[in-house]
Amino acid sequence: MTQKINSHIPAGPIKDKWTNHKANINVVSPANKRKLDIIVVGTGLAGASASASLSELGYNVKSFCIQDSPRRAHSIAAQGGINASKNYQNDNDSVHRLFYDTVKGGDYRAREANVHRLAEVSGNIIDQCVAQGVPFARDYGGLLDNRSFGGVLVSRTFYARGQTGQQLLLGAYSALNRQIAKGGVKQYNRHEMLDVVVIDGKARGIITRNLVTGEIEKHSAHAVVIASGGYGNVFFLSTNAMNSNTSSAWQIYKKGAMFANPCFTQIHPTCIPVHGEQQSKLTLMSESLRNDGRIWVPKKMEDVEKLRKKQIRPRDIKEEDRDYYLERRYPAYGNLVPRDVASRAAKERCDAGFGVNETGKAVYLDFASAIDRLGRDVIEERYGNLFQMYEKITDDNPYETPMQIYPAIHYTMGGTWVDYNLMTTVPGLFSLGESNFSDHGANRLGASALMQGLADGYFILPYTIGDYLSNEIQTPRISTDHPEFNKAYETVREKITKLVNNAGKRSVDSIHKELGHIMWDNVGMARDEKGLTEAIEKIKALKKEFWSNVKVPGTSDEFNQELEKALRLADFIELGELMARDALNRSESCGGHFRVESATEEGEAKRNDEEFAYVSVWEHAGDDKEPILNKEPLVFENVELKQRSYK
Amino acid sequence: MNLKLKVWRQKNAKAKGGFEIYNISNISPDTSFLEMLDILNEQLINEGKEPVAFDHDCREGICGMCSLFINGRAHGPDDDVTTCQLHMRKFKDGETVTIEPWRSAAFPVIKDLVVEREAFEKIQQAGGYVSVNTGGVPDGNAIAIPKEDADEAMDAAACIGCGACVATCKNSSAMLFVAAKVSQFAKLPQGKPEAARRAKAMVAKMDELGFGGCTNTGACEAECPKGISISHIARLNREYLVAKLKD
Ligand SMILES: Cc1cc2nc3c(=O)[nH]c(=O)nc-3n(C[C@H](O)[C@H](O)[C@H](O)COP(=O)(O)OP(=O)(O)OC[C@H]3O[C@@H](n4cnc5c(N)ncnc54)[C@H](O)[C@@H]3O)c2cc1C
Ligand code: SF4
Ligand code: FES
Repeated sequence: MTQKINSHIPAGPIKDKWTNHKANINVVSPANKRKLDIIVVGTGLAGASASASLSELGYNVKSFCIQDSPRRAHSIAAQGGINASKNYQNDNDSVHRLFYDTVKGGDYRAREANVHRLAEVSGNIIDQCVAQGVPFARDYGGLLDNRSFGGVLVSRTFYARGQTGQQLLLGAYSALNRQIAKGGVKQYNRHEMLDVVVIDGKARGIITRNLVTGEIEKHSAHAVVIASGGYGNVFFLSTNAMNSNTSSAWQIYKKGAMFANPCFTQIHPTCIPVHGEQQSKLTLMSESLRNDGRIWVPKKMEDVEKLRKKQIRPRDIKEEDRDYYLERRYPAYGNLVPRDVASRAAKERCDAGFGVNETGKAVYLDFASAIDRLGRDVIEERYGNLFQMYEKITDDNPYETPMQIYPAIHYTMGGTWVDYNLMTTVPGLFSLGESNFSDHGANRLGASALMQGLADGYFILPYTIGDYLSNEIQTPRISTDHPEFNKAYETVREKITKLVNNAGKRSVDSIHKELGHIMWDNVGMARDEKGLTEAIEKIKALKKEFWSNVKVPGTSDEFNQELEKALRLADFIELGELMARDALNRSESCGGHFRVESATEEGEAKRNDEEFAYVSVWEHAGDDKEPILNKEPLVFENVELKQRSYK
Repeated sequence: MNLKLKVWRQKNAKAKGGFEIYNISNISPDTSFLEMLDILNEQLINEGKEPVAFDHDCREGICGMCSLFINGRAHGPDDDVTTCQLHMRKFKDGETVTIEPWRSAAFPVIKDLVVEREAFEKIQQAGGYVSVNTGGVPDGNAIAIPKEDADEAMDAAACIGCGACVATCKNSSAMLFVAAKVSQFAKLPQGKPEAARRAKAMVAKMDELGFGGCTNTGACEAECPKGISISHIARLNREYLVAKLKD
């Protein structure tokens, strides 16, 4: 049997791998680039930077997004910043240190070679963005400013107020616009990819739906690049934008692109708690707040009860009756433990009954002592915009009363499996940004997703795709009349027809919420064998319920948001099942994945490197068959594997 | 709280639209405006009716996707927020709430409350960039930029491209939107070389697309959810003048 997965990691010392690889791979001549077409799905940091760069090189690019403008991709919402090992602060940062922090932060479940390359190109990203006119924060001397972020000892995060993602995306969007104006990129807004077309084993195009007219379209190319973002919305409630979805990643999975580590999801500890069943999404409060805020719940149950009945206010609880549980459990790191640890600790207290709001799912993030120590002005300067945002949403003033926070789904480390060239297991099909699995292992450090998206799009794919396309220069423009195009077109059409004609009773959202509850309860912050086994059965049943009982009003040939949501939910349901399966298989705890069975005596996560130092690479075996698990062993030659400790 | 909603319904771009009245009850004041519309839609679906189409995505006030004219104001009665950040506590129990799409010839209605903002894309493509390719750029710290300039560029760059300025302006002018981009780049050494050319190209495109002229009423600034200042329009005018003098 031929080997199904080959990571194609170049040989040689880690610091030379990328340089040597670039020297050894093929390039396509300018004259031939003009004859080659590339489809890019997604215009977030990864997609927009890739489309712009590929067009600058001379390829013909077709770029797709579901919003009415490329600028509205979910990357726009990133707040905190982007990492780069510039060492501008002279604090002994380096490529190696960024590499090391990222591998360790990912709890040793990422591929060393990819992470090292990411660290190598990180500095170029900042240079590129500055050249585009991205208004990064600066010091009085006029040079770039940095801030610190969780899990590291140096100051390497570049930022643009609390809107770093917005500014980086607008930079990539401007580069994209320049290419659209020049004719090198044809932009398709309000178009959703619903299937990929594979001809003779190679990706040759996609099927899309024009979201305004409902028309189903066929688009061909010599290569297809997916940059469609993460799948956090499988939980219904998450910090992701409402339209974020997994459909591209899931459809390519069904056509042969394997899916890696689906159970690796990140739960962010500081989000505004759920207020009720009507809630549509969750809002992140930046990680930076934990620099000055102290997290606590009451020690006494009677105080909890009074708080819930609003008989007392948090300020009425005496200092000695408060449980600053992070400071108690992790004296060394205190409130600054990594995201996964802080999230689990909050859940532990709330499960024990100490949650401070009516739903029992909230803890306090208190700035009183910071305000006493530093003065209100300093706190206002640091966090004013966040406090204002919090007040707009909750009507509470965080200067006077502690914020209420609770963990929420925020990011997905898992995704489409790619080799070192960012190519999936389908030749000619690539995946970038949050939609691939590559660099963050089992837990992503803050400010590194933006870095990865732009690294992939500006500095990695434009090289590696050339190696693949150098073998395609003889391939004429692909015709969309090929039977495979018609087959994919028909499959999509039938699916849509089935949905709009279904005589069901339930709205899409009501089923999505049910999926969200299953996922959060059984495949959320703490997972065990029983819950995961149950989840798989429940999701299977929900899939049946969806296809027999969903109600999609309106028709297929018009602007129809319920139909859009239904198509996305169909894929989320199937992905949810795979996530549960993956979590069940991985009976160790690592990073954001916590198996109750694999904990130390103090209840901390326990990794199992002997059995699980591998990437789980899931292969679709057919709609009614169990997926096949392939394993990519992870080899660590440059960092020593250690159990993380924050005590 | 209980509300009466007067909502603009329009089947598609060609259809003639009109208002429909819906009653909605038991809305928590902590619900966001768009969640209130979600509840309305759930109600409509359960009654076998078509839900109201409206644009939204991030629901955090940053993507610029949501729009809506609410009780005669772009993004509703609260200041400095987008529709998605508006909460029902800003309304009174029993109130009638009128909900309309952006109204501007440059933003045709697609369906119900959803409009086409492609014109904004065309304006950006006309010059909203610095002409650099990927790679081969100098080190990020090679050019020092005074903090005040960087901050001012950031103020302008905060525009989310929502279109509230156009929807509010009696002339349907896109000047604030255009000025925000021109001003951001004019303040930075990287954008300076092309500043005049950019201003001219973006203004010409704006005129060509049927946006009206600016008569300095300041309405746009008052309704802009990101507080983009009309002082940027003054800077745009300066750059534009320079470009014209060179002609
Ligand atoms: C609230 C929040 C704050 C964050 N803050 C930070 C931070 O400070 N630092 C950091 O490093 N990371 C942060 N992250 C994570 C980071 O923002 C994302 O991981 C990253 O932006 C993802 O970029 P992307 O290009 O991969 O995908 P996205 O930006 O999600 O773009 C996806 C694109 O794909 C398109 N698309 C999706 N499906 C389809 C389809 N079927 N057909 C056609 N097009 C499709 C969409 O239209 C969009 O253009 C944050 C995330 C959140 C939720
Ligand atoms: S200037 Fe303000 S109102 Fe106009 S598009 Fe930008 S953010 Fe919206
Ligand atoms: S939905 Fe993104 S700004 Fe309102």
